[in-house]
Amino acid sequence: MIRKYKKQSLLLLTLIMFILPFFLNIYWLDVFTFVLFYVVLAQGLNIVVGYTGLLDLGYAAFFAVGAYTTAILMTTFQWSFWSTLPVAFLLAIISGIIIGTPTLRLRSDYLAIVTLGFGEIVRIVVTNLNITGSASGIYGIPRPSIGGYVISTQKDFYYLILIFAILSVLIVYRLGHSRIGRAWIYIREDEDAAEAMGINRIRLKLLSYASGAVIGSFAGSVFAVKMTAIAPLSFSFLQSVMILLAVVLGGLGSISGVVVGAALVIILPELLRGADDWRYLIFGVALVAMMVFRPQGIWPPQYETEDEDPNDETEDLDGSNTKAPEESPSL
Amino acid sequence: MSILTVTNLSLQFGGLKAVNDLSFSVERNSISSIIGPNGAGKTSVFNMITGFYRPTSGGIELDGTSLINKKPSHITTLGMARTFQNLRLFPNLSVLDNVKSGMHCRTKQAVFGALFRTKAQKEEERLIEEVANECIDFVGIRKFRMRAAKNLPYGQQRYLEIARALASKPKIILLDEPAAGLNFAEKQYLIELIRRIRDEYNITVLMIEHDMALIKQISEHITVIDYGEKIAEGTPTEVLNNERVIEAYLGKEEVV
Repeated sequence: MIRKYKKQSLLLLTLIMFILPFFLNIYWLDVFTFVLFYVVLAQGLNIVVGYTGLLDLGYAAFFAVGAYTTAILMTTFQWSFWSTLPVAFLLAIISGIIIGTPTLRLRSDYLAIVTLGFGEIVRIVVTNLNITGSASGIYGIPRPSIGGYVISTQKDFYYLILIFAILSVLIVYRLGHSRIGRAWIYIREDEDAAEAMGINRIRLKLLSYASGAVIGSFAGSVFAVKMTAIAPLSFSFLQSVMILLAVVLGGLGSISGVVVGAALVIILPELLRGADDWRYLIFGVALVAMMVFRPQGIWPPQYETEDEDPNDETEDLDGSNTKAPEESPSL
Repeated sequence: MSILTVTNLSLQFGGLKAVNDLSFSVERNSISSIIGPNGAGKTSVFNMITGFYRPTSGGIELDGTSLINKKPSHITTLGMARTFQNLRLFPNLSVLDNVKSGMHCRTKQAVFGALFRTKAQKEEERLIEEVANECIDFVGIRKFRMRAAKNLPYGQQRYLEIARALASKPKIILLDEPAAGLNFAEKQYLIELIRRIRDEYNITVLMIEHDMALIKQISEHITVIDYGEKIAEGTPTEVLNNERVIEAYLGKEEVV
């Protein structure tokens, strides 16, 4: 059903997201703003972990790169918000390549450890440098404006991040359904076979890291102007884990799944507020149960369709094909 | 004229000489085979030719271009495709998406084209799909086109791997034990398929195989290796009557 009316459902969802602020109080508006931040971040990480299959435990580092770039340029150098974005873009690519290069030959657990280390290095560096405001961070980040209109209310920021979220979904969708995206998925499925098919895994892995980094960094830039103050605490290991959780929970490599995952990771703990001290326990148990009973995620990606080819005229040269079992032998 | 030339190729794993001073060449447009007992070093030779192993010494040339120190992806781009002894498909992807991978090295659209869906990008996607469909039809697995590779019957998975290799438009295709695990009917189909690859696409075929009946039927030239060294070469009849070959396979007659 959803597959059939994909375009309509998407339009409807977008429409709902646009009119949603008129029905929410300030508290829930803020929650949904954070859901959208997570949608952007999780889509970025989805390229790296979901498509390319590279486990990254330090993704919050790219979030930090964008946030600090925008914060520093806007406070110390009085740049406008929009002009900080190209710089955040460039720095994200550079940091993506910095993390990518030493990990090219590593797989799974080794890769996870190196990325974890990278995330911690970035956090510790910003905690100790003067230009990043040490442990207290940077505050008094000015409001951005478009053509004279200053983006300042909760609602404004909701719409700002909503636009970024829509763009990130569109970007990840288009990349995923292209020659580049397919190459990423081939690498995830079987790295050696991909290489044998003429796919330069080194170049494509770096491109994957860089693309993921750019999206994460833009989320950071918007985060900086929304919060007006940023501190190293926002870019901790826990942040990386929560973003990863959104991706895994929703379904690795699935755009719709990742959106659902991002919403759950933010909304579920809010709904459980009534349970006071118990809420993270319940949240944790829910996650464990989820992974036990549905390890592929809530909405896993679909690579095969059941529809048989309508003009199915397979020639059986020797008849052996007709004897092949119609159903899969084992699952 | 030979398309692939291997000269004095050696591969050493620590103290073990897997391949020792091996030289042979493959004629253009031929169907050639490498045979030898288990552990003779056949797959090691394939892995060196396709760039997965780095030879300790020796040379490999494809159409006059040296393949030494080149990455596997680069070698594929130069016109060599391979299949694996133990199927290496992209298990969760559809047959169509599997085969599309072959066209990666023949196309060039990057991030910009993907993001803006440019005319050139759409054109290229159409071409990729067209070539993939052609290769799927060629090996005869059209009805499985949209099914995940892992859900295909075993024989069809073997044909799929060949279709995927063909999609990279190679000059030479290396098949590592293509008949392993196939039943009689499927083997007959495979023989026909290999012939058609050569006759219709003019692609040179080099394969490793254990099935002597199959080799005899289809191979025009055979290289026999044992303990990493070449012990014989020639036409099937020459080779299979060669004393050293019989010895390598069946052992020496010992006088007690």
